[in-house]
Amino acid sequence: MNHQRRDTLKAGGGLGVLGLLVAAGLVRPEMAEAAWNKTAFEAKTLDAAFAGIGAAKPAESADVVITAPDIAENGAVVPVGVVSNLPKTEYIAIMIEKNPNMLAASFSLPEGTMADVQTRVKMGQTSDVYAVVKADGKFYMSKKEIKVTLGGCGG
Amino acid sequence: MANPMRIRAAVKEGVTEVRVLMSHVMETGQRKDSSGALIPAHFITELNAKHNDKVVLNAEFGPSVSTNPYLAFKFNGGAKGDKLAVTWVDNKGDTRTDEVQIA
Repeated sequence: MNHQRRDTLKAGGGLGVLGLLVAAGLVRPEMAEAAWNKTAFEAKTLDAAFAGIGAAKPAESADVVITAPDIAENGAVVPVGVVSNLPKTEYIAIMIEKNPNMLAASFSLPEGTMADVQTRVKMGQTSDVYAVVKADGKFYMSKKEIKVTLGGCGG
Repeated sequence: MANPMRIRAAVKEGVTEVRVLMSHVMETGQRKDSSGALIPAHFITELNAKHNDKVVLNAEFGPSVSTNPYLAFKFNGGAKGDKLAVTWVDNKGDTRTDEVQIA
């Protein structure tokens, strides 16, 4: 019994290493996909994330509205919606300040698409959530604190 | 191979509302498995939605997006029976496209 379990564990571990290798091998095609904003998604500070999407100092605006619960019971699934009432909104980004990777998602809105998106994000702990919006060439943001009672990252 | 997405698209008073539920592990690369080895990151990086052949949304996701990501958005126009296609690409190069007719 015990022996068998060890084998299973070993096999599991081996699989993990294999997966890592596969992932390492695939780093290249990922890098080649220049479209994905690697700098912004890997930013470790809020300022770096802002800089990564080209928004140096977004102005706080009441026209950017975050729809999210005040308290999220399950950090693995936190519904977050962003509505921008600013004319010519062309870009929306959602950032979670205390996550290892701050930038959660970004949306480019061609003309005709409304500045109204909803998604679900993971949150490791209670944190401010930022919505950054680009409207008519300028960046605006708003933030909202979401309290998390059960973390969604790692666990 | 990835499972199909569930897409709902409905037009109401000239505005089409689209809701997409993707099936994806969205592994962050921060978690460890039972033997302590890091589980490699595996998540959707890019997504786009097309109404007929016109792009109506481009999105980029990071690992902070929930497992089985949900996305809802709205655009002007669209008519019953029009095609709406959603495509995603993940960081391992997997891709999936699903198409529905607007209801």
